[in-house]
Amino acid sequence: MNGPLLAVDGLTVRLEVRGERRPVLRDVALTVREGEALGLVGESGSGKSMTARAIDRLLPRGAEVDGSIRFDGRDVHTLSGADLRRYRNQVAMIFQDPRAHVNPVRRIGDYMTEALRTNLGTPAAAAANRASDMLSQVGIDGGARRLRQYPHELSGGMLQRVMIAAALLTEPRLLLADEPTTALDVTTQAEVMAILDGLRREFGLAMLFITHDLELAAAICDRTAVMYAGQIVEVRESGRLHDDPLHPYTAALAAARPDITRAAGRLRAIPGRPLSAFEAPPGECAFAPRCPHAQDACRAGVPPLSELDGGLSRCVRAHELRGKLGEPANA
Amino acid sequence: MPDNDRADVLEVTSLRKEFGGLVAVDDVSFRVPEAGSLAIVGESGSGKTTIARMIVGLERPSGGSISACGQDRSRPARSLADRRRRGREVQIVFQDPYTSLDPRQTAEGAIDEVLRLHHGWPADRRRARVAELTGLVGLDERQSRALPRALSGGQRQRVAIARALAAQPRILILDESVAALDVSIQAQVLNLLADIRDETGVSYILISHDLAVVRQLTDTTIVLRRGQVVEHGPTGRVLDEPQHAYTRLLRDCVPRPGWKPARQLAQASAEQSTADKEAPRE
Repeated sequence: MNGPLLAVDGLTVRLEVRGERRPVLRDVALTVREGEALGLVGESGSGKSMTARAIDRLLPRGAEVDGSIRFDGRDVHTLSGADLRRYRNQVAMIFQDPRAHVNPVRRIGDYMTEALRTNLGTPAAAAANRASDMLSQVGIDGGARRLRQYPHELSGGMLQRVMIAAALLTEPRLLLADEPTTALDVTTQAEVMAILDGLRREFGLAMLFITHDLELAAAICDRTAVMYAGQIVEVRESGRLHDDPLHPYTAALAAARPDITRAAGRLRAIPGRPLSAFEAPPGECAFAPRCPHAQDACRAGVPPLSELDGGLSRCVRAHELRGKLGEPANA
Repeated sequence: MPDNDRADVLEVTSLRKEFGGLVAVDDVSFRVPEAGSLAIVGESGSGKTTIARMIVGLERPSGGSISACGQDRSRPARSLADRRRRGREVQIVFQDPYTSLDPRQTAEGAIDEVLRLHHGWPADRRRARVAELTGLVGLDERQSRALPRALSGGQRQRVAIARALAAQPRILILDESVAALDVSIQAQVLNLLADIRDETGVSYILISHDLAVVRQLTDTTIVLRRGQVVEHGPTGRVLDEPQHAYTRLLRDCVPRPGWKPARQLAQASAEQSTADKEAPRE
């Protein structure tokens, strides 16, 4: 297959909030190739989790969806019944807080093997064996005993490894990972990321990795997409994102973060606060009100996501600002 | 900044806390000078929050002593006046801006209450001070009159900081206070905290797992592991040339350009991960 594994185009989602239809995603476009890791970075309300939910068909009831999501060439919107279940076996999701996504009164084994038994008809004993093997792959020994344990008996880091093992059991082709390490300690984060990264490469899995941490996304993803106010504002090869960003928001985000190697006199804070999609001024660049480079041209219309130097940028001044956006030293 | 020529506002000596048979804090000692800032770094279960709770008086130490502004506070306050004095000396801002404010109280109301309780000023003086404090933390008039539910996380955290400063504390404990904030807001709050220290001479104790934030805000760092101090020194030195293997591990686990998560790191921390039992954060 030559086309991308996942292709999202023109995705716009509106949700009803207190009788009012509000956009949460605006014209989102992204592709993930077979075996590729794409980072999706943004602040609260940028729409990154909503994008993953739309892809996994987990949007709240009453959501109004425009645009297309194609997985392996098939339109995801039209799937139902057995097709939808099969799709969800191929697209597995891992969430930020494992404890909120596992039934506390069911054993680990029941949770891990549910999809195998109910969707794929695997016999219980065989499913348990596979679950136990997968647990050892994520570094959890004594699988048979673990399968009999309850979630409260495991630490947060271990439970997240259980979630990863469970997600991999149905042999998915795409992993949607929504801030899977945000709630974990740094050493546990490094461990879980190492496991996730290693198994992903071993199984040739594609991944959409959602995080607020630009550095983490850059370290483990091939390409990184940056979201702001329900839109994708930049897509770039991860290695070049930090030093040679194409959108002022990406540059501002990198510059605002304190640096572990030196204290800055003052951090380059971005004035104002991040906007949600529905708060963004209509008909102009959503970042313009906070952007140090904003001019009249930025308020003349919503900039398109345009190609530039192998990446994409939703900035009308991207060409002329090229090379001037790299991280300015903190004062 | 050299710490030697400034008086200590906080002195913690051989502090110990046991819960049942478990030793949560074991022989911890440190000092914080006036306008100084100390970082307590460690992972879940290292005892850092327990130390903070003992300093503010929410837990009673099993051993050792805590002295703030020259007064012992390792034993419970014996009078209301003593309790209030302690409240004036040390304030704390918690991690979660969504649960640390009274949902029925506006920002102004929350700050005014502290002024009334601790300073007993007349209404017009309090009003002026409320305006000063909300201005200092960058809340506008509408935000100052809003209930917490109408404010964002960053705005709520500013209210919590203004409320803590209303007591005019000598020491402000920041318990993961910027961890839950978006990067662009976190930078604003960190700059604000630096300004406030310059203006008021308040001392900070920053409890954090985020080494970049530690670098930005503090001059001294202690690294805590399972209740014990494994490293103690100037923040720059501790982060640039860590002496203890655990400090090196913490530093090497921070994602940065060119970083690759490695399972060797993982193995070194495997035993630690089985001990993480605090609630998930952020």
